[in-house]
Amino acid sequence: MSFKNSASGTALLKNLWQDNPVFRQVLGICSTLAVTNLVLNTLLMCGGLIFATALTSLTVSLLRDYTPKQVRMMVQVLIAAAYVIVVDIAIRAFFPEVHKVIGPYVGLIITNCIIMGRAEAYACKNPPLPSFCDGLGAGIGYSLVLLSIAVVREVAGFGTLLGFTLPRLDLWWHQWTILVMPPGAFFMLALVAWLANSFVVKPANTGGAK
Amino acid sequence: MITPLLATATPGAPEHGLLLQLLVIFLAAAFTDNILLTRFLGMCSFLAISRQMKTSLGLGVAVALVTTATAGLNYLVHRFITVPLGIEFLELIIFIVVIAAFVQLVEMVVERVSLPLYFALGIFLPLITVNCAILGVSLFMLNKAGYGFWQCLVFGAGSGFGWMLAILLMAGIRQRLKTDKIPAGLQGAGITLIITGIIALAFVGFSGMIKF
Repeated sequence: MSFKNSASGTALLKNLWQDNPVFRQVLGICSTLAVTNLVLNTLLMCGGLIFATALTSLTVSLLRDYTPKQVRMMVQVLIAAAYVIVVDIAIRAFFPEVHKVIGPYVGLIITNCIIMGRAEAYACKNPPLPSFCDGLGAGIGYSLVLLSIAVVREVAGFGTLLGFTLPRLDLWWHQWTILVMPPGAFFMLALVAWLANSFVVKPANTGGAK
Repeated sequence: MITPLLATATPGAPEHGLLLQLLVIFLAAAFTDNILLTRFLGMCSFLAISRQMKTSLGLGVAVALVTTATAGLNYLVHRFITVPLGIEFLELIIFIVVIAAFVQLVEMVVERVSLPLYFALGIFLPLITVNCAILGVSLFMLNKAGYGFWQCLVFGAGSGFGWMLAILLMAGIRQRLKTDKIPAGLQGAGITLIITGIIALAFVGFSGMIKF
């Protein structure tokens, strides 16, 4: 059985595109969307989110037989919080400048719906390895969408990419301030939801796309 | 978090100075710095619940109450427990537990005191524990230098009110949208996000008016 067809492989791959949490339900955008006006901030946040989601899923799955049903939500939140604290300390140590800007948002990864969603929907009833891959896939799939939003916002709004000024700006670039302001993120996300609705979720229905 | 937090308002400031400052904090948190429209917190429940006016009102009130109370509680925790003990890095976990415990407590009290209110708010209270707006308020207020107890409490109240305002505006608009023709791909989340963006633009327009 190849990796692609194994339980772990399916769990990892289907979250990247078909079941991508942002495409399906626009879930989990809180906290991360706010930092998508710079690619570097988004990369750090997404890295933290992937780390926290994958390891939370793994831990929830390892503990699934010992967790009483009534308190499992609380247990999941606490597990997520422990990993997010690790991320928080790491970002504070390695990127102190960035941490000043995105600090509170890093803490908010705890309440990101994706972590709880994957723990509740998959990890609490599946073995550890597929759960880990499921969390990893959900995190990566989500990050790809947010990174694409961040690239558009940073290039159009600041004319830079990862902080480097792009060449020959005067020829093709005009500052699009609205995209670095909060409303810009809403419009970009609406565009993503539109494209996803038209091409990913219902491939037959392309009536909405231009 | 790392920034040392000062205690209450500047000593010796006249009383109306504090009140004015609190009013500015409230307005800024509710309008120019709206937690949903400029910080995107609480989006998940916003998108899911804003279909109906009645449920939006219920959730909005619940969020506003819990945000206010947990902002005050978490400030006290921060000032009297985590900072003296030097365990600020554990604040994330502690804040979540405080919020969950408070929500549970409110649920029990409301059940005893008023059954109609319990049934009206009941389903929303568990949802709130994982609403990022609540935790967000607790984290953001600690980033603001010089906020004391009253400032934090009012910041929480303003943020909660702003969230309620945003979801009520959205619910009102979405009720009208039901009969409108919308491109198939934009139905649901897509059109909601575009409208939220436009509302956010309007709120950003306030930003020059309040400096804090």
